[in-house]
Amino acid sequence: MASVTFDHATRVYPGSETPAVDALNLEVADGEFLVLVGPSGCGKSTSLRMLAGLEDVNSGRILIGDRDVTDVQPKDRDIAMVFQNYALYPHMSVADNMGFALKIAGTPKAEIRQRVEEAAKILDLSQYLDRKPKALSGGQRQRVAMGRAIVRSPQVFLMDEPLSNLDAKLRVQTRTQIASLQRRLGVTTVYVTHDQTEALTMGDRIAVLKDGLLQQVGTPREMYDTPKNIFVAGFIGSPAMNLGQFKVADGKANLAETHIPLTREVLDSLTAEDNNEITLGFRPESLDTTTEGDVGAFPVTVDLVEELGSDAFVYGQLANKEAAQAITSGAGESQMIVRVDPRRPPLKGDTVWVKIREGEQHHFSPATGLRLPS
Amino acid sequence: MPAALQITAASPDPALLDLPWHIPLEDWPEDLLAALPRGISRHVVRFVRLSGRVIAIKEIGESVAYREYALLRDLDRLDVPSVVPVGVITGRRAPDGEPLDSVLITKHLRFSLPYRALFSRHLAPDMATRLIDALAVLLVRLHLTGFYWGDVSLSNTLFRRDAGEFSAYLVDAETGDMHPQLTRGQREYDLEIARVNIIGELMDLEAGGLLRDVDDTVLVGEMLVQRYNELWAELTEAEEFSSADRWRVSARIQRLNQLGYDVGELQMTTDIDGTTVQIQPKVVDAGHHHRRLMRLTGLDVQENQARRLLNDMDTYRVATDQLGEDEELVAHEWLSEIFEPAIAAIPRNLRRKLEPAEAFHEILEHRWYLAEKAGHDVSTQEAVASYVSSVLPNRPDEEAILGLDTATLRAISDTDTEIGVQR
Ligand SMILES: Nc1ncnc2c1ncn2[C@@H]1O[C@H](COP(=O)(O)OP(=O)(O)OP(=O)(O)O)[C@@H](O)[C@H]1O
Ligand SMILES: Nc1ncnc2c1ncn2[C@@H]1O[C@H](COP(=O)(O)OP(=O)(O)O)[C@@H](O)[C@H]1O
Ligand SMILES: [Mg+2]
Ligand SMILES: [Mg+2]
Repeated sequence: MASVTFDHATRVYPGSETPAVDALNLEVADGEFLVLVGPSGCGKSTSLRMLAGLEDVNSGRILIGDRDVTDVQPKDRDIAMVFQNYALYPHMSVADNMGFALKIAGTPKAEIRQRVEEAAKILDLSQYLDRKPKALSGGQRQRVAMGRAIVRSPQVFLMDEPLSNLDAKLRVQTRTQIASLQRRLGVTTVYVTHDQTEALTMGDRIAVLKDGLLQQVGTPREMYDTPKNIFVAGFIGSPAMNLGQFKVADGKANLAETHIPLTREVLDSLTAEDNNEITLGFRPESLDTTTEGDVGAFPVTVDLVEELGSDAFVYGQLANKEAAQAITSGAGESQMIVRVDPRRPPLKGDTVWVKIREGEQHHFSPATGLRLPS
Repeated sequence: MPAALQITAASPDPALLDLPWHIPLEDWPEDLLAALPRGISRHVVRFVRLSGRVIAIKEIGESVAYREYALLRDLDRLDVPSVVPVGVITGRRAPDGEPLDSVLITKHLRFSLPYRALFSRHLAPDMATRLIDALAVLLVRLHLTGFYWGDVSLSNTLFRRDAGEFSAYLVDAETGDMHPQLTRGQREYDLEIARVNIIGELMDLEAGGLLRDVDDTVLVGEMLVQRYNELWAELTEAEEFSSADRWRVSARIQRLNQLGYDVGELQMTTDIDGTTVQIQPKVVDAGHHHRRLMRLTGLDVQENQARRLLNDMDTYRVATDQLGEDEELVAHEWLSEIFEPAIAAIPRNLRRKLEPAEAFHEILEHRWYLAEKAGHDVSTQEAVASYVSSVLPNRPDEEAILGLDTATLRAISDTDTEIGVQR
């Protein structure tokens, strides 16, 4: 097994002015499960394909372990693209379906059998090894396909949106299976998805990309608690973080009738470019309902209540119509999301007063988009 | 409010609406189906008779269905040998409201022979080589147009007879991607996938006792890599020679033509003192003979068939002493005097045996055989008569089933080939 290093790796597609992946620097530790996530077209697949050897690296390097593989052909990189279209062969036993690539490579029979048995144990397929694929369930067949990659014991597994063709239920199931299997095998894995929930639930660490640029890399908790910039703040988390544009005056962040005190440290880190403005981020679950007149409280008109049993979310907007457009969230422009007590949800059309819980607001510079110390 | 069936097609056939879309494909009534052999697949695929032809229906997720449909349309537009897409149907529901998978519909490729049928018969000695050659030609052609296949296999290829050789057609574009140009890594990876898949598929036939006349499956897989690399080099590599050897420019073009390629652009550079010349083909288009025959006669046949027909046309030109005549006039005459009468002489009930151009190729072969035996020339007319009475009736019916015994057919057919890992 081995680590993976992107060292200023850049890919510019022929005929394009801007790089699809721009000087990517990223280290994936030995045995780690790293998820590349970001909106469509941000360069995730291009990054993965550079690692696989399918895309040329225009500048920079790619290393697997200590080995520079930038100019090495895909089949010589000792990687496996998992969940590609693996056909199962009807006349071959499960064991032969798993081991035939080793047979082609000339691996001795005894060793093939041993590796297949080891993989089968991990995959819970031991008692099926001598059967034909036809006798297996859908899930077991999927594991045989996985087994084919495992027996080769590659240095790195690559997966590009492997779950995108599955229906919602099977997707959640398979997600857990892949994650736990990877932990048992301890094979370094790079996984691409556009789905941040998938990223948060599967990855040891997550790398967020946008427009070919790495935005932040960290554990799911780090990404969630301390997003480095406005983009990551809005992208990670579901429902998404609310982001508001506030005026700074009198040591407070002000928007219509709302005045939120700011610390000295935050105030000091603002610059002239910020033009006496600040971007505040607050997650739906960082809001408490309160009453009018409480310090920092703001009124929200309820458009829709989404009840999920254990949770309820209010989708609404700032009651003050002129100020409403200063706030956005994953629900859209002028939209705010608030988590409320599911046992006492408000009604559509109600106005609820909410307040950001002490210490749970995120501060960003409007000029640079970067997180401010707080 | 029941969701409506949605049909996306360039020219939808209303008869499509009569098919039982509310039933999972697996359970469609036998009487609708055409029992033709297929390759291995993860999805359920069925052949269905519709408006006097056969269509192939594949159950597959909606987004993938649209993607594959679009890719097959692109390939069709680019004139790459592939199955022709008919359309996509989404919004299927069972009577109880349960949603059913979308389907991708393609035209069944007439006279196509899936590899499981081909390798399960006694092969002519070099049949495996010819099939692999055909696949190498297809893969080079796809790569030249910027298509990365991602799942090259014998199951995803169909073969048609092509004047004694074979032509390969792409049947499964699900994992493909169109690029302006492929990187070497993409080409090499496609080749590696092909190699492993081919060997796996042959090992499978071997395990089922269905493989005839192939001893070393690994060797067959490696042959593909070798043939691909040879062809790729001939079509793309730079060649350097002294400026005295300028004949090598036209020699290269001629060689490419013989291989079936037109040269769209040839780059020629000299060094500063002009003693060496370097040439490199930049744009080559497959289908040299195909296009020439099409232009001259309007016949739309495969590359080797076209080569064969053109040869016969040239022979006719010499034999009728028309070397000075306009090529198009001679072609027209050959068509109405030789080709069309030969095809017309094949009785209607024997026409499903072989495609017309392939039958003509066999007639030419037969003519040569008769001439050998007789020790003098035999006219095409005589050859046709003899071929129709003594050869063709004994040929398997290739448009329908392929002269396989029923046990073999069962072994390579239906339920056996669908072992999806999809669900
Ligand atoms: N238009 C067609 N004409 C002739 N045969 C066809 C056609 N479409 C499909 N087939 C046959 O059906 C088989 C399965 O089709 P296809 O490869 O598209 O399915 P698939 O489930 O996507 O396969 P895979 O498992 O490789 O992804 C092919 O191997 C081929 O033999
Ligand atoms: N083969 C290609 N040729 C040209 N541009 C490409 C190619 N593949 C991707 N791109 C472009 O590169 C960018 C990144 O694409 P991609 O890596 O596929 O993103 P993602 O996987 O994050 O959706 C996009 O702008 C896309 O349009
Ligand atoms: Mg297929
Ligand atoms: Mg497919």
